[in-house]
Amino acid sequence: MVHAFLIHTLRAAKAEEGLCRVLYSCFFGAENSPNDPQPHGAERDRLLRKEQILAVARQVESMFQLQQQACGRHAVDLQPQSSDDPVALHEAPCGVFRLAPGDPFQEPRIVVWLGVLSIGFALVLDTHENLLLVESTLRLLARLLLDHLRLLVPGGANLLLRADLVEGILTRFLPHGQLLFLNDQFVQGLEKEFSAAWSH
Amino acid sequence: MLAAGTESLLRQAREVGAVELGRFCARISALLQAEDWGPDTLDALRRLFLIVAATKYSRRLEPTCVALLQTTLCSPRCPERLQLLCAAVLREMAPSNSLSLSCDHAQSSRQLGLVASVLLAQGDPQQVRTVGQCVVKVLESRQSEGPSLTHLLPVVSKVASLAPDALPEEQTKALSKRLGDWLRYASVQQGAAHASGGFFSTPRARQPGPVTEMDGSVATDFFTVLSTGQRFTEDQRLNVQAFSMLRAWLLQGGPERLGATDADDRSELEGSTVSVLSAASTASHLLPPAEWLREKALEYCQRLLEQSGRRALRKADSDLQKACLVEAVLVLDVLCRQDPSFLYRALPSLRALRTRLCGDPACARVLLPVAQFFLHHGEAAAVDADAVCQHLFTRIPSEHFHSPMLGFEFVQFCRDHLLLFGSNLDLLRTSFPNLFKFLAWSSPALTSEFVALLPALVDAGTAVEMLHLLLDLPSLTAALELQLRSLQAASERPLWDASVRAPGCLEALRDPQAQGLFQHLLRAKASGTVERLTPLHQLLQPLASCARVLQCAQAVPTLLRAFFAAVTQVSPPPRASVPTAEGQPELRGQSAAHSSRGRAPVPPECGCEQPPGQHTQRGPAHGCLWPGTQAVSPSQFADGALASQLALLLLERSDSLFPVEGYEADVHRVLSSQFPGLCRLHPPLVVERAKELLEFVGSLGGPRSTGHMLTSVVWAIGEYLSVSWDRRCTAEQINRFFEALEALLFEVTQSRPSATLPKCPPQVITVLMTTLTKLASRSQDLIPRVSLLLSKMRTLAQSPAVGPVHGEDDLGAVRTRATELLNLLKMPSVAQFVLTPSMEVSQPRYHRDCNTALPLALDMVSRLLEREAGLLPG
Repeated sequence: MVHAFLIHTLRAAKAEEGLCRVLYSCFFGAENSPNDPQPHGAERDRLLRKEQILAVARQVESMFQLQQQACGRHAVDLQPQSSDDPVALHEAPCGVFRLAPGDPFQEPRIVVWLGVLSIGFALVLDTHENLLLVESTLRLLARLLLDHLRLLVPGGANLLLRADLVEGILTRFLPHGQLLFLNDQFVQGLEKEFSAAWSH
Repeated sequence: MLAAGTESLLRQAREVGAVELGRFCARISALLQAEDWGPDTLDALRRLFLIVAATKYSRRLEPTCVALLQTTLCSPRCPERLQLLCAAVLREMAPSNSLSLSCDHAQSSRQLGLVASVLLAQGDPQQVRTVGQCVVKVLESRQSEGPSLTHLLPVVSKVASLAPDALPEEQTKALSKRLGDWLRYASVQQGAAHASGGFFSTPRARQPGPVTEMDGSVATDFFTVLSTGQRFTEDQRLNVQAFSMLRAWLLQGGPERLGATDADDRSELEGSTVSVLSAASTASHLLPPAEWLREKALEYCQRLLEQSGRRALRKADSDLQKACLVEAVLVLDVLCRQDPSFLYRALPSLRALRTRLCGDPACARVLLPVAQFFLHHGEAAAVDADAVCQHLFTRIPSEHFHSPMLGFEFVQFCRDHLLLFGSNLDLLRTSFPNLFKFLAWSSPALTSEFVALLPALVDAGTAVEMLHLLLDLPSLTAALELQLRSLQAASERPLWDASVRAPGCLEALRDPQAQGLFQHLLRAKASGTVERLTPLHQLLQPLASCARVLQCAQAVPTLLRAFFAAVTQVSPPPRASVPTAEGQPELRGQSAAHSSRGRAPVPPECGCEQPPGQHTQRGPAHGCLWPGTQAVSPSQFADGALASQLALLLLERSDSLFPVEGYEADVHRVLSSQFPGLCRLHPPLVVERAKELLEFVGSLGGPRSTGHMLTSVVWAIGEYLSVSWDRRCTAEQINRFFEALEALLFEVTQSRPSATLPKCPPQVITVLMTTLTKLASRSQDLIPRVSLLLSKMRTLAQSPAVGPVHGEDDLGAVRTRATELLNLLKMPSVAQFVLTPSMEVSQPRYHRDCNTALPLALDMVSRLLEREAGLLPG
């Protein structure tokens, strides 16, 4: 089961200006706190969730930066070569790390991330998921989002104002956080349906 | 490009004030009220989502607006994308008290799915329960298969994961039955094209063909996620969803829960022999739901194993095949754990799979669940997991160290199965050089994993070799870089750091002399030998600036601390749960003594933890008498001999480290803090290793610029070179150490300050003075010598211009210490008492009981010191 999905900005190096920004995030069912004697106010709970997501995003960013450095890739590589270049998703760096219980989620979790140029995609998961399936699902989601939003193309849509598209893709390809075993033809079928629903 | 627009949009969204937001909400309310589903509404809702989502603080929306969002969500006419946005806004506000949404408002199952997503986001356990019951009821009531169900199955799956007991038992059973049906009996014909009625469409709908396999051939058996076609029917979609949620569903059902309810339904036909023999068809429709589902799951997984052997026509499908293999093996594992009678049916295909996978490097990640299966069931099935473990530990890390995902899965696998390894635990332990390749390559993601794994990995036989390898970890990273460069074609996108050129290194790799060392560094198993890698350090020097090597070097201190924590703990908790490694192969000579001598070692740790009355059986007199031959019990492997070996190793290795920036200083900090710990564990080591310690102390001028190592070694000499710790300690030995340290103190204090020589830290000087005083208090002939020395030091410290120490604070520290020690030496018996306290001093009783000598003595000493302090100059 996927607990959360997030899209955020990635900077190539710590020194770069700006902050790590979460562009989209979604919890699939919230984490309950059964052993919490005092229920917090709704506002505090929401704040906590937002902070949790940001903590994951920051950690993904630093993992991404370390991996990029280790491979000797630098900031210049993070710009798309030309506007027509399809982003080479199969070459996009990805990784996985564990979040210890209590930091920032109560239960131990695993994060699988994918860095495509300056955008990070991440799934927060239970500890014993099928990581091969997780990885291919994450690549599929990234591919769909990049294709339909033309995210990395100059003049393309801004993700921040296209939440309906992200939601539409997630309801079909990751419904309620359920990872699906989708073969290529099946993906195409769902994609056609999605395009049809969005074209009018 | 992305950043500028994004930043300004986020800022705008955050800066929207309450008044402005109120007006905006009113506008949205008007649009929704009028059921205007046009582009204006779409745009407005998108902006509303951003305003709510962009800040971590709660946004207060107009109650009418929130109500209308909920109405729109359940409106029968509203287009999907608007409803998705409404749901997204409501979810973003969660948890929220102003929600009045309920499952009953949904008009269709698609809407119910959306409503459920909002309600489940509230984080309220009661809400989860209500949603679960509602959705299961809908699933139950609609017997006809249809698009309705595909929206609801994931909700059920989510509810079950959030609150396993939320679903009523009856409905759970009914759903298990239907899941089994969907798995096994989905249609094998492709879905029909939708009658679009386009201009060119033929009036007669084309007959859809049968579904095909991944290799394009017509399907030979029932539909699975690996069956494909142009279009899919609804029951095929349900099949996909059912398989996707199967493992979690089976696990949540669990043997205890489903087993209990099954007891009533179990037909008399059932018995393990029957189910072993019964093929798919035998009266299976009579089975109770949970068993029915397991039966169908078994058939499904076996079909997947067969299908995954076919050559997929598309790249994405061949990835899916691997993911399906993993899932199928994991499901089979669950099935066999819940009902061992499945084992005999699952085993033949898993054996075949194991053989197939061991020969296919592309399927390395699938091997882990296969190994897990054999570890779980090997005993019951009379097949041991040795072969697959052997393959796993010897081949996979050296061939796939550069895959971060595999590395993570591999280490997680090791951590999860420590209790199951049994005889393979030794295999795991001796394979640490291979496992460390993952660590050396992906240290940022794996350091914490290895910190957790180390206590189980280290044992008496391998500790010394492991410590060497940990210290050599950055060189291992560099060697792996080099290995990849030599193996991989340059045309591929390189995995290594191509920005660092290392022209000479590749040739060096072929040099016969270096080759042996490379092979040693890149060994797959513990060799039991230690090679000096210093020649390699020079060869690998160009790679020392690689970011990956630097990252690894930064991880080493943490790993060293974890290593020492594991070694010096008498019985660390994680090891306690691991079966003791009895009968493991003996790797080094010292362990030959294990079996022949049964005497348990004396635990030489701090006496405070010992109950009173027991301390008499331990202590200095009981230390080992013959160095290196002390008996060891397997659970307390950090015995005297090992502690002594490790301490020696620290001295040796402190000046032979791979020269990576900042590495040596970091490592010295850790090693120097661990050295006293090892001495505490086995105090006689100072006497046993006197020769090496003298050499270390005598060889000043090495790269011990920070003085960390020297300080802790000198401290340990002062603390433990005493007859009370080891009877073999002689006055002659104390004199020898005294002379060596005296010479050293002279050397560090008399050398002129210069730019080339590093400054001597004041800690080194003060610890030297203290140690010399301690030694003198034990061999009282030395007292005049040390008194003279101390007064010289005091004088020296009063004239700041000379000597290697700068700074008034540092000089002051030296001065104070010299004065204190001089005063103490005026009363030799007190000095001995203070500087070489007896073992009893560490007993709590000794500090609490006013009648014992210590409080009295302390009182006297402090008064003495106070009086002298008043006479101190400046």
